[in-house]
Amino acid sequence: MTTLLSIAIDALAFGMVLFIISVGLSVMMGLVRVVNLAHGAFAMIGGYIASTMLVDAGAGFALSLLVAVLGTIAILMPVEYLLYRRIYRNADAFTQILMTIGLTFLIIGIANTAFGPTSKPIPLPSALSGPLDIGFRSVPAHYLLVIGCGALTALALWFILEKTQFGTRIRASVDNAAMAEALGIRTEILYAAAFALAVGLAALGGVLGAQLLPIEPYYALRYMVVFLVVVSVGGAGSILGAIAASLILGLASTLGKYLAPEYGDFFFYLTVIIVVFIFPHGLLGAKE
Amino acid sequence: MSGAIKKGKSPSGTPDWIKGEAAALALMAASAVVGYGFFPDDLGLLTRIIAIACLVLSLDLVMGYCGVITLGQAALYGTSAYAVGNACIAGVTDPIALLAVGIVAGALTGVVSGVLITRFSGLPQLVISIAFGQLVAALANKLSAFTGGSDGLSGIAPSALFGVFDFDLVGNTSFGFSLAVLTIVMMLLLRFVRSPFGLMCRGIRDDALRARMIGTSVYPRLIAMYAVSGAVAGVGGALSAINVGVVGLDSVSFELSAEALVMLVVGGAGSLWGALFGAVLFQIFQHIVGAASPFQWMTIVGLVLVAITLFAPKGIYSVVRRGVGIRRWQAPS
Repeated sequence: MTTLLSIAIDALAFGMVLFIISVGLSVMMGLVRVVNLAHGAFAMIGGYIASTMLVDAGAGFALSLLVAVLGTIAILMPVEYLLYRRIYRNADAFTQILMTIGLTFLIIGIANTAFGPTSKPIPLPSALSGPLDIGFRSVPAHYLLVIGCGALTALALWFILEKTQFGTRIRASVDNAAMAEALGIRTEILYAAAFALAVGLAALGGVLGAQLLPIEPYYALRYMVVFLVVVSVGGAGSILGAIAASLILGLASTLGKYLAPEYGDFFFYLTVIIVVFIFPHGLLGAKE
Repeated sequence: MSGAIKKGKSPSGTPDWIKGEAAALALMAASAVVGYGFFPDDLGLLTRIIAIACLVLSLDLVMGYCGVITLGQAALYGTSAYAVGNACIAGVTDPIALLAVGIVAGALTGVVSGVLITRFSGLPQLVISIAFGQLVAALANKLSAFTGGSDGLSGIAPSALFGVFDFDLVGNTSFGFSLAVLTIVMMLLLRFVRSPFGLMCRGIRDDALRARMIGTSVYPRLIAMYAVSGAVAGVGGALSAINVGVVGLDSVSFELSAEALVMLVVGGAGSLWGALFGAVLFQIFQHIVGAASPFQWMTIVGLVLVAITLFAPKGIYSVVRRGVGIRRWQAPS
């Protein structure tokens, strides 16, 4: 029983990290239909900025987090303007994959040159670094931060997409971009804003999840697969789907690590194949 | 990725496939002269290029000719390499027999992955292909009795080719053997992609719905194509196991799948010569630049990929061919 609860807590924390990073990708894929393989690289950039702020500049955790999110957005908006704008919606998946995997390689190469191949620490403030007794076992305190931030992200996204005019416009463009444009919605600005939102979430998740997914140059390639899988299993553009997929895959991965560590990611990918085969449009994704 | 299918004959009246086979033979002869004559110390590298070229050709069959998006092609290559390694250690040491083992193993893996990958298109297809590749990689890591785990499977010592040519350390036999096999594969594939089956696959790529409307059963055809692709990847895996004597986890890795994709795109998907061109070009540059600085290499590959999608979406080979074509067209005037 205690083991089961332990697995559940670990799975929840891991799932929430997956959720924060992947939901941005999901929104982007639902809205602008870009299979963005560079999303993991975006999260990695956030992690590097936070690490530099914390270790080299000696700033506080909250400030570093803020700078990481805003800095990553600032770095990537020119990339949106120069590259991503060309592959929104109309381009075929092949072009999108090539361009974004090329961008991923580029970012890995630059990260390696600038920061070296070793993983970068993101030290937590003392309030979050210690263990926390929750009755039957003690968990790392930052788990609570991650879980709280995940829940907050989900609520905030739900509010933005369902209750604000920005969200209404996004949903209109998802359903029918041409019609939305004809009604006077400036889809270009909307897409750029959604891109910024996705990048910001990636950076947030990259920093918060750094204890579970350590920041190193191959981060971009190693976890990109996982983020893409979460979106595919959840269904592109669905927040609830992203939550469900993150928790299920977090559970599959954690269960595998606890019960059969020697099999590595075998059970994780087996789950992925089975779920995608049964639900090709995702658990909660829209049918074509 | 669309493009008109060329007629079977060029204006001069020679069927295209004869020109293709002549070109393949000429290229083999030229490569043999260049390899043995000018780079006798680099035969190992050239042999490795040939094995990977088979992987890129196999990727071209499903990606360039059928429009399947996959990042899991290394699974076919690696499985076959492991099968060949195990067969060799178990006592089947004849290189030709080992090649056959590799082809069969590759084709079987191809069928399995084809069943999974070609069922859907778009994002689910990409994700299943990645998951399949990672699944095979995780298994290869786990089943160390067959794969040697992270140490790799070593001790693969094939007997002499035709009982005469030993697989020496310099790689004279390996290079000649690999080159001959690649030439045969190329000649067969040049015919295969022009066969009614190959043409129908291109039809499926250009418009799957229309292909279905005129009565093509798309899914079984794609699986069949995957079997052929697996066989070709299997040739590559077998060559790698026979020549190197060691099979490591890198032969089933995601990185290899991604690199093969890059090579295909650099050369030009949808053309066998393009795939070959891309594989050779990429690996020679990788050898020169990558050895000097592996991470600058990744930066360069990234830049090249982005540049290609922006400026030469059909690959460098098509740009070269267009350059040559223009010159030919201007010559008579």
